[in-house]
Amino acid sequence: MTTTAELVTKGAFDLDWRKVARLGGLTALGLVFIALAGMPVGLDSRILIEKYLSLGYVSLLWLSLIMGWLMGKETLLEGMTATRKSSRDAVGGACVGALGGLGLAILGLLINTFDLRDPLVNWSPQTLDILTFGGGVGVVVVWIPICAALGAVGGALHLAPPKVAKATIAAILTVLMTAIFATFIVDVVSPLDFLYSKNRELKLGWALVLAAVAVGFVFSGGGQQLARVKADYHNTTGPAKTRQTAALIVVSAAVLIIIPQVAGKITQELMANIGIFLLLALGLNIVVGMAGILDLGYVAFFAVGGYTTAVLTSPNRGEDWPGWFPTLPWWGALMVTVVVASLVGLFIGAPVIRMRGDYLAIVTLGFGEIIRILFLSDWLNGYFNGAQGITNVPPADFGVFEVKGTDPRSVFYLVLVFAALSIYVSWRLEHSRLGRAWMAVREDESVAEAMGINTVNVKLAAFVVGAILASFSGAIFAAKVGSIFPTSFLILVSIIILVIVIVGGMGSILGVIAGSVVLVGILGGPKQPGLLQEFSQYKLLIYGALLVWMMLQRPEGLVPNVRRTRELHQDEFLQDAWLKGQVDTGEEEPAVEGGEVR
Amino acid sequence: MSDQKPILEFRDINTHYGAVHILKEVNLAIYPGEMVCLLGGNASGKSTTLKTLLGMVTPTSGEVVLDGEVVNDKPTSYRVERGITMVPENRRLFKRLSVLENLQLGAYLRTDKDGVERDLERIYSMFPRVKERLSQKAGTLSGGEQQMVAMGRALMADPRVLLMDEPSMGLAPSLVRTNFELIQQIHEEGIAIFMVEQNANMALSLADRGWVLQTGRVVLDDTADALLANPELRKSYLGEA
Repeated sequence: MTTTAELVTKGAFDLDWRKVARLGGLTALGLVFIALAGMPVGLDSRILIEKYLSLGYVSLLWLSLIMGWLMGKETLLEGMTATRKSSRDAVGGACVGALGGLGLAILGLLINTFDLRDPLVNWSPQTLDILTFGGGVGVVVVWIPICAALGAVGGALHLAPPKVAKATIAAILTVLMTAIFATFIVDVVSPLDFLYSKNRELKLGWALVLAAVAVGFVFSGGGQQLARVKADYHNTTGPAKTRQTAALIVVSAAVLIIIPQVAGKITQELMANIGIFLLLALGLNIVVGMAGILDLGYVAFFAVGGYTTAVLTSPNRGEDWPGWFPTLPWWGALMVTVVVASLVGLFIGAPVIRMRGDYLAIVTLGFGEIIRILFLSDWLNGYFNGAQGITNVPPADFGVFEVKGTDPRSVFYLVLVFAALSIYVSWRLEHSRLGRAWMAVREDESVAEAMGINTVNVKLAAFVVGAILASFSGAIFAAKVGSIFPTSFLILVSIIILVIVIVGGMGSILGVIAGSVVLVGILGGPKQPGLLQEFSQYKLLIYGALLVWMMLQRPEGLVPNVRRTRELHQDEFLQDAWLKGQVDTGEEEPAVEGGEVR
Repeated sequence: MSDQKPILEFRDINTHYGAVHILKEVNLAIYPGEMVCLLGGNASGKSTTLKTLLGMVTPTSGEVVLDGEVVNDKPTSYRVERGITMVPENRRLFKRLSVLENLQLGAYLRTDKDGVERDLERIYSMFPRVKERLSQKAGTLSGGEQQMVAMGRALMADPRVLLMDEPSMGLAPSLVRTNFELIQQIHEEGIAIFMVEQNANMALSLADRGWVLQTGRVVLDDTADALLANPELRKSYLGEA
C-alpha cells in the first residue's frame, strides 16, 4: 500500500452510500441472526460487569462497533488517492450502526405483532424483553441510537491518533476478556478473586481500573517494546537464533509444567483436553497438511486407539474374548495399540490411497463411520459391548504416579510428554527426505512418481504415522475418561480436528498448536467444555463462522506455513514487490500453465 | 552409434487404456549420447510412449528393455535409479516448494551425497540464475527460469537418458529457442535425449534420428535429415502445401 502526500477532502455527508447500505444491511442481518439464534437470551444470565452488562447484550453490541470501523477503512489501490480522515468517518460509522439498530428495532416490532415461534424457537417474549430492556415495545427503538453511537465510535477510531485508538481497543478488550474468562483467571491465579463478586461478575470499579491500566500500558509504549522484542527475534539468524529458540522452548516447557501445579482443576482439565486434541491435530496435519491426503475419517484411528487400550486393560471388555487374552497395564496396552493402529492404517490406507482428491475424501469419510458402526454393532457386541461401551478402564499406572481422569493434572503431564514427542517427530519429518517426498506428492503426484518417488508407499507412510499419533491420543483418552463408547467417536470429531488444522494453518506445526489452543481451549472440543462454557450451545455455529471467515480473509491459517502464505497471497505479494521495484519481470512472457500428461 | 548397445528399447510394444488400443507394435531404440525425437500429432500416443518408457504405464504385450534387461514389471523408481529421467510437459515444478527443494527432489533416489553436491554445483554453473533464486518458491519464477529449474531437477537424477515431453509447449517463441539451446547444451555433456515434440522443424534440426507416430503406429523411422527432406512429412508437419 502506498500513501501519497495528497489527500482528498470530502464533506461529512459525502459518503459512499452503497457501502453504507451494504455494511448497514450486513449489520442488521447479523444482529437479527444473533438475536434469533438465541444468544441474547441464552447468555443474559452471564453477567460480565456487576449490575451493568451481561454477555447477552455484548453479543448484540460488538457488531456495530466493528462494522462502523470497517466503514471508514479504505483499501487503496494503485493510482487512487486517499481520503482525508474527518468527521465523515464517524458519520459513516453512525449510519451503518443506525441501519443495524433499525434491523433490531424492526425485529422487535415484528416479534410483538406476529407469532413465528413455530419455526423460530427464539421468536419469543424473552427475546423481546431483552430488546426492550424490560420496557414497552416502543423502547426497542433505542437500539437505533445505541448502535449508531457504537458505529460512530468505531468510525471515529480512524480519526483518533493511533495511540488513542490502540488504547481504546486495548481497554475494551482487557475488560471484556477479564470478565469473560473470570472462571479461568480465578482458577489459575486464585488471589485475583477480589476483582469479582460472588458470581464471578467483574466489579465496576475494578473494570475501570483495568481499563486505565490498559490505556497506561499503551501510552507508556509497552506495546512497542513487545513488538521490538519480537522483531529482534525474527531478525536474528545463525547460532544466536538457535540459542534464542532453545531458550524459548525451555521457558515454554517450564511454564507448561508449572501452570498445572498452581492452577485449579478447571485449567488442568482444559489443558489435558487441549493436549488430546493437539495430538490428533498433529497427526492429521501430517496426513492433510504435509502429504495432502484429505482424510475425513480420521476419527477412526482415535477410536481404534481408544478401543484397543480399553479392551486390553479393562475387566469389563465383553464376554467373547478368549480366556488367554491378556489384561495388560496401560503402557503395555499402548505398545499393542500402536501396532494395531498401524495395521488398521495400512488396511484402510491400502485401498484408499489409490484414489485422488474428492473420491479419497468421500471414501475416508465412509471408513470413519464404518469403524464406529463396527464398534456399535450387534455382531461384535460380545467383544465391544455395543452401545454400552467398555467401562472400568483402569488408570494408567506408572508406579510413581497414576494417570486417571479424576486427576486431570496427571493426564496433562502424560499428554505433554506425548505431544512433545509428536511435535519433535513432526518437525524432523518435515525436513526429512520422507517429508520432502510428501510435499512433492501433495504438489503434483504424477511428477513425484516420475522423480522415482514410490507414491503409494509414501502416502501409506503418512497414513500410518497419522494413525499412530491418533492412537496415542485414543489410548490417553481411554485412561482419562475410564470408559469408551461409540458415541465418543462421531464424525464431528473428524471435522473438528480438520477445522483445527485448517484454522491453525495447514502444514504448520505452530499453527496446529495455536489452532488446538484457540478452538479446543476457548470454544471446547466436540463434547469437552472450553473456556467459553456459556457458548457451548453455539460452539458449532462459531466454528463454522470462524472457518468461513478464515477461508475468506486468512486462508493460510492463524500461524501460517510460510510457503502457503506466499502462494495464497501471490497477487498481493507480486504487486507489493513490484511497487518496491524488486520484481525482475524480464523480457519473458508468463508461461502458459496447466495441461495434463496423457 | 550402431556398434553400441541401446540403453533403452521398445520391442513390439502394445498398450491399452481400458479397451482402447494406444500403441501398436511400436519399436524404438535409444543409444548412448544421441539425440532422437518422436514426432506426432495430438492423440498419436506420444505421451503414452514416454509413460511406458518410464514405467508409469504397463504395456499389454511386447518388451521394454533397459540395458539388455526386460523391465516391463519394474517400477518407475527402478528405471530412474538406472538413469532414465523425464522433464514433464509444461515443466510441472513443485510450485510451493523452493527451487532448492525442487532440485533436491530430482535427486530423490540418489544415495551418493558428494555426487549430489557436485551436480548441484554443476547446475549452478550451467544456470547461474537458478542459483540466485534457490530459496524462492518455484511457482513465483518466470517461465524461462522455471524451464531451467525443470531441466536442473531432471539433471539432478544424474541421467543417461533424458526424456523430454513437449519442451516447447506453452512457451513464447523467444523462449522456445533458448530452450532448445539448453537441450543442446545438456546433450553436449553426453546425455542421450529423447524428445517428444510437435514443433517438428526445430526438433529435427537438432536431432540425429526421428520417428513419426500416427495413431499409435510408427509410420516413419529415419535420420533427421531424411525426415526433414521427406515430402509427406513436410506436407503434414512442416506446413507446406
